[in-house]
Amino acid sequence: MAKVANPGDQPGPSGMTEQVLAFCEDLRSEGVAIGTSEIQDAFHALEIVPWHAQVDFKESLATTVAKSPKDREIFELVFERHFFRATEHAALEYADAAESARRAQAEEGGPNQDGIDTEQLGEMVREAIAAGDESAMNDLARLAIEAFGQQGESSGVVGVDLQRIRRGLGLTANEGDGEGEGQKQPIDRDQLARFERQLRRELQRGQIERQRNLPPSRPLSDLNRSLPMRGAQDLAAVHKAVAQMKRRLATLGQDPRGAKRGRTVDVRRTMRSSLETGGVPLNLAYRPRRPRKPEIYVLCDVSTSVSSAATFFLSVLHALHDSFRKLRSFVFIERISEVTHVFEEERDFRKMSERITSEGGVADVSGYTDYGRVWREFLEDVSADLGPRSTVIVLGDARTNGRPPAEDLFAKVAERANRTFWLNPEPELYWNYGDSVMNAYIPFCDGAFECWQTEHLMTFVDIVAAGRPSLEKPKARKSGHRY
Amino acid sequence: MATTVSADPETPEAVAAALREARYLADDSTALIAFLAQRLGKPILVEGPAGVGKTELAKALSRATGRELVRLQCYEGLDEAKALYEWNYRKQLLQIQAVASTAGEGDKQAVDMGEIFTEDFLLERPLMRAIANPEPVVLLIDEIDKTDQEFEAMLLELLSDFQISIPEMGRIEAKTHPIVLLTSNNSRELTEALKRRCLYLWLDYPDSEREIEIIRLHAPEIDQALAARLVEIVDMIRDLDLKKPPSIAESIDWARTLILLGADDIDGKIFRESLSIIIKHRTDLDLVAERIGPRLGRSDKSEGNPGRQGK
Repeated sequence: MAKVANPGDQPGPSGMTEQVLAFCEDLRSEGVAIGTSEIQDAFHALEIVPWHAQVDFKESLATTVAKSPKDREIFELVFERHFFRATEHAALEYADAAESARRAQAEEGGPNQDGIDTEQLGEMVREAIAAGDESAMNDLARLAIEAFGQQGESSGVVGVDLQRIRRGLGLTANEGDGEGEGQKQPIDRDQLARFERQLRRELQRGQIERQRNLPPSRPLSDLNRSLPMRGAQDLAAVHKAVAQMKRRLATLGQDPRGAKRGRTVDVRRTMRSSLETGGVPLNLAYRPRRPRKPEIYVLCDVSTSVSSAATFFLSVLHALHDSFRKLRSFVFIERISEVTHVFEEERDFRKMSERITSEGGVADVSGYTDYGRVWREFLEDVSADLGPRSTVIVLGDARTNGRPPAEDLFAKVAERANRTFWLNPEPELYWNYGDSVMNAYIPFCDGAFECWQTEHLMTFVDIVAAGRPSLEKPKARKSGHRY
Repeated sequence: MATTVSADPETPEAVAAALREARYLADDSTALIAFLAQRLGKPILVEGPAGVGKTELAKALSRATGRELVRLQCYEGLDEAKALYEWNYRKQLLQIQAVASTAGEGDKQAVDMGEIFTEDFLLERPLMRAIANPEPVVLLIDEIDKTDQEFEAMLLELLSDFQISIPEMGRIEAKTHPIVLLTSNNSRELTEALKRRCLYLWLDYPDSEREIEIIRLHAPEIDQALAARLVEIVDMIRDLDLKKPPSIAESIDWARTLILLGADDIDGKIFRESLSIIIKHRTDLDLVAERIGPRLGRSDKSEGNPGRQGK
C-alpha cells in the first residue's frame, strides 16, 4: 500500500490507518470499486476532520469512497460492522474530559458485578436527547445495550430488547411520566423516536456481529440471478431488475459512435479547423450523431399459459414506458387491446396491472391465445402507423393451442416494421414442442430470444437501444429440435 | 493561491454559517463536504432528484466565498469548442490577410503559423474562463449527465489537475484554484473515472423541519403554522408515485402564492386553485387532486390545526 502518512499522527489512535485500509478492503469485497486515489483522498479528508467526531468522520469517508446511492447503502452497512470498535475507542479517548470520565466510570463499572447504573444512564440519555447530540446518543445506545446485555436480558429479538431497554431506562414520551422523582422533564416524541432508531440499529448490528455476516443487502448486484418464474412472483425483484434496465436504456441510447457512416458534416467546425491547413478543409468535422429514438410497439401475451411470466412482461412494459416516449403497448389473449393509456395514467405498478386485467378489454372467452386473430387485428388497427422507424416486440410463448399460426399475417407485420423481435418466456429447449409454433415465426423476426432471466433481457436491451444488429444471428437458430 | 477573498474556512460549521449567510440552509453533510472540497481542492459531484437545491448550492457557495460563479450548462452534443475554447478564426483570417498585404512579395514566410495561435486569437469558453481567471471562482458544471461520455473524458484533465492542454499552444494551468461543482440528475450512470476524481454528495429532499426553515427563509412573510402545514402537504404529495414530485423551489413558489392570495390555511379550495404551482403534469394533477384534495376538504375549518392524517 502506498505510504500514507498516518494522518492521525497527533491524536490518531494507533492502528487507525490500518483500520481504514482494512475497511476499504472490506468495501471492495462487497463490490464497491475503490481506487487507490480515492483512499488517498479519504486520508487527506481525515487529516482535516477530527477523528473523534463520529458523524464527520463517517461522512468524510463516505464522500470520498462511496460514489453512488447504492455504494452508500453498502458503505453504511460495512461501516457499521467495521468501525464499531474503532470509533468507539476514539470517541472514548478524545471526547471532552468530563464526559469521558463519566463514560470511563460507567465502562469500568461494567465488568464488575454491580453493572452499569441504569438510573444514571437514563439521565445521560435524557440529556443527550434534549441536546439532540447524535454522536452521544449513539454512544449511549451502545452503553445501554451493553448494560442490559450483562443482566442477561438479551432475548435476541430486536423489538423485544428495544422495548425492554427503553422501559429499563425509564424513557417515556411526553407527559404521563410517573416514574420516581415525578419532575423529570418530558422528552419530545420525535427525539425519543430518534434515540430508539439508534438503539434499534445498534441491536441489529449486534446481531450481525454475532452472525458474522451482512444481511442481504445488495439486491442490485445480484442481477444475474434468474428471475423467479414459477409460483410466487417476487415482484420486487423483477422491478429492481427492470429499474436497472431502465438506467441502462438511458445510457445506451447515446452510445452508438465510432462508426462514421451516415454522419453529416459540420460546416462551421470544418471551416474552423481548415485554418490549420491554410483554409483547405482537409479534416472534416462531423455533427454528433443523435441517439436513435425508436418507435416501439409491444405486444404482450397475457394468457394463462404465460401467466407466470405475464407479471414480468408487464413490468418490462412499465419500464419501457418510462424510457421511450413513442411506445404503444398491446395485450392480447384471443384478441388484441391497446393499453398505452393505462400506462400513461397509472404510475403504480400494482394498480396498473389490476386495471389491465380488469378493463384491458381483452376479450377473453376461452383464455386461449389465438395468434392468427391477433395478427389480423393488429394489422387492421395499427399497421398503417408502422414505418421504417418502428420496432415491434412480441412477448409471448407462441403456443397457439392448435389454432393456425397465420405466419403470413405476421410476415406482413414484420415487413412493415423496421425490426421485429420476439421474446419467449420459455427456454429455447422447449420451443416447438407441443403446440409451440415458434419456428413458424422465427424466419420473420430480426431476433428471437428466450427471455426468462434478467440477463437475457439485458442482451435484448443492448441490441434495441444501441441500434446494432444482433451479433449472434438468432435467425440461425432454426430446427435442431424436433418439430 | 493568491486570494483576495476570504481564506479557506476553518471548520465545517464555519462553512455552514457562511452558507446560511448566503441564504442557503445546508445540512451537516453538505456543509462538511463543501468544507472538504475547499480544503482539499477537489470537485464535488452532487447528485439527487430534481429541485433539491443542487444548482443553488453552487450559487450559494459563490455568494458565501465572494467568488464569481462561472456556469457551464451541459446539453446533448456539447463539445469542447463550446465548453473549453475555440480559435477565433475570423480574426485569424484577417490577421493572415493583413500580414500578407502589408508584407511585400518576397517575405510570404512572415505569416508564421505560430503568430495566429496565441492567446489573442483564443475565444474563451466557460471552462477556460474558470481556469484562466486571475481571481478564484466557483465553477458550476450543471447537469453533466446530459452530455456524452467523450465530454466527461475531456473534463478529466481539468478536474484532476486544473489545467487545459491546447495542442497549438501548450498547457494552460489554473492561476487560482476554483471550487468545482458538478451536478447530475442521475439520468445516466457517470463514468468511474469521473467519479473517482470527485467528492460525492447525495442531496435528497430535506426533512420537514429543514424545509420549513428554508421556506421561511425565502418567504419570510409566511407564518410558522402555515409553513408547517404546507410542508406537510408537500410531503404527502411526494409520497405519491408522481412523474415529477414537487421540488423545494416549487414549495417556495407555493408559499409565495399563498401569501399573495392572503391565505392563512390551506383548505380544499385554495389547494385546488393553487395546485398547478407545485404539480406540472396533467396525470399528476389528477392523481394529487384525487388523493390529497379530499383530505383537505374534510379538514378545512372543522379542526383548528389539523394534525397529520393517516396516509
